[in-house]
Amino acid sequence: MAHAHDSSSERPAILDKVRPAELPRSPLILNSRGFHWITDKVCGIVEEETPLWWKIMFGVALFVASFTFIGLGYLVSTGTGTWGLRSPVGWGWAIVNFVFWVGIGHAGTLISAILCLLRQKWRTSINRAAEAMTIFAVCCAGLFPLFHVGRVWFGWWLLPLPNQNGIWPQFRSPLEWDVFAVSTYFTVSTLFWYMGMIPDLGAIRDRATTWWRKAFYSLLAMGWRGGNRQWSNFEMAYLLLAGLSTPLVLSVHTIVSFDFAVSNVPGWHTTIFPPYFVAGAIFSGFAMVLTLMLPLRAIYRLHDVINQYHIDNMCKIILATGTMVGYAYATEFFIAAYSGNVFEKFAFVNRAFGQYWWAYWIMVSCNVITPQLFWFKKVRENHSLVWIICLFVNVGMWFERFVITCTSLANDYLPSSWGYYSPTIVDIFTFFGTFGFFSVLFLLFIRFLPLLPMAELKMVAPQADPHAH
Amino acid sequence: MNERNERIHGVACTFRKVSDVFHAAEKVRDAGWKNWDVHTPFPIHGMDQAMGLPRSPVPRLTLLGGVTGFITGCLLTWYMNSYDYPLIVGGKPYWSVIFPFPVLYECTILFAAFGTFFGQFIFNRLPRHNHPLFDLPNFARVSDDTFMIVLEARDPQFHLDESRNFLQSLGGQEITVIRD
Repeated sequence: MAHAHDSSSERPAILDKVRPAELPRSPLILNSRGFHWITDKVCGIVEEETPLWWKIMFGVALFVASFTFIGLGYLVSTGTGTWGLRSPVGWGWAIVNFVFWVGIGHAGTLISAILCLLRQKWRTSINRAAEAMTIFAVCCAGLFPLFHVGRVWFGWWLLPLPNQNGIWPQFRSPLEWDVFAVSTYFTVSTLFWYMGMIPDLGAIRDRATTWWRKAFYSLLAMGWRGGNRQWSNFEMAYLLLAGLSTPLVLSVHTIVSFDFAVSNVPGWHTTIFPPYFVAGAIFSGFAMVLTLMLPLRAIYRLHDVINQYHIDNMCKIILATGTMVGYAYATEFFIAAYSGNVFEKFAFVNRAFGQYWWAYWIMVSCNVITPQLFWFKKVRENHSLVWIICLFVNVGMWFERFVITCTSLANDYLPSSWGYYSPTIVDIFTFFGTFGFFSVLFLLFIRFLPLLPMAELKMVAPQADPHAH
Repeated sequence: MNERNERIHGVACTFRKVSDVFHAAEKVRDAGWKNWDVHTPFPIHGMDQAMGLPRSPVPRLTLLGGVTGFITGCLLTWYMNSYDYPLIVGGKPYWSVIFPFPVLYECTILFAAFGTFFGQFIFNRLPRHNHPLFDLPNFARVSDDTFMIVLEARDPQFHLDESRNFLQSLGGQEITVIRD
């Protein structure tokens, strides 16, 4: 110890010769904004009169969401035959959309939990919105398997509850694991999100002027007083929830990938699926975070708290995970060739050059090629371009799930049973509407709950350091 | 009625700077106070040590939740797939810890999260909406940019005038008496 202390206190002679450049940390809050500015900014979003753009967007979102409910209403009243699912493709868009939405949710947990454990302070300004995105994305995801069961009023048979048939769920099935994984994920994400919000709800409560606002936020804030004895337990609980969410989020997409990997279908039965799915989930989720946060930053003028440093970091994560996904695509091909299994080889050649070749090449160009533009600083600083690239990533990741699901099922072992899957208008309505459903929930969140975590933002401000002068 | 109004919860004072409240808290700790608190808009790094607080007990409930969850998962899968309605699948044992492991894993995390979440509420004595502090006019600023030290009347060291003077010597402003 003493030795280490001596060497650090004495400045090595070499430093005077080479004179290394000072590397200052990028500031997380620009223009040295104070605590009161942060409170005003975040509470102001909730307190201001409902802006016109919000009302218009909310109307549009409700209209789009109605497509899901029309689609589902028609499905329930008529039967699952109205979807494009038939032999040999029994999974089609239902599972594609499910995996797509669950994957989007994963970035929220990555930002809130994993980056918290890694002490990445830049997460603070985006974590609340990203967590909200997680929860709403899981809501959208859950609709698809729930309605895919056919008779949705028997959906509760998925849960370990006694029913009139005297039978129980079969715990050897990856689909049953999925029920546990996704419902746990939804519950824990909601607890984590809500608990993190309590101090900020308290701040809104303390500024409330009308009685209904006071009552609403008092109820939600649970009587939070901000005493350090409370903060001590709160901080510990927050850290523990981050620690619990980290293995949880990794397990959720692992288990989602087991839906495929545990089967014996060529192209699905591979051990690479869990890490490959998790990387893809984080990739698509970060793209969605940027898709949502860039417009919000412009509308609410949040440039001081969501600055170029945050956008750079997110672009770099998209670049890294996009490259991992590209590497996984290449590995799949290599392993298929190396395995010597004709069915496996065929499955991959068929993906790239078979009847769904167009979907495969949309996937590769959106997921592997477009994010490579993020190597360039000029691209990362052009926010319109960043936004467009993120849309490409979202599209590409939807096609990834489509390629995995449909190519393998449409052309498996027996050529006599091959087929071609295409969705019906009911499929398209239902999926299109989920974007509206998601937007309705997200717009309500923006309007009524603190969009940015105020307490955490204040914590990373330089004046929050008790030893600063 | 009059006597009730005279009951005192404690005295409070405010600070404007993090470093001021931090050093003031160290002095209150060194003076041997037990029932007191520092109210801040955000958790101040190192304040637990400055106040001399012990480690938070929340992890105990997390562990309890996790163990409960794992056992619940084991009992659930064993009862359903092996005891009440045994299923033969591929000639494998009716129950082992391997095949339902994803279920056990998720149950462990779910219950541990419940333990943590409710643990935070239990150890923080929340929800509580009627605390005397809410009657202080300047308490609303504590969630914004003001820091407050509260010395409670139930502490054996508490004497109204002495405590007031003590807060003044710490550099606190807006010294107020909180009534129950």
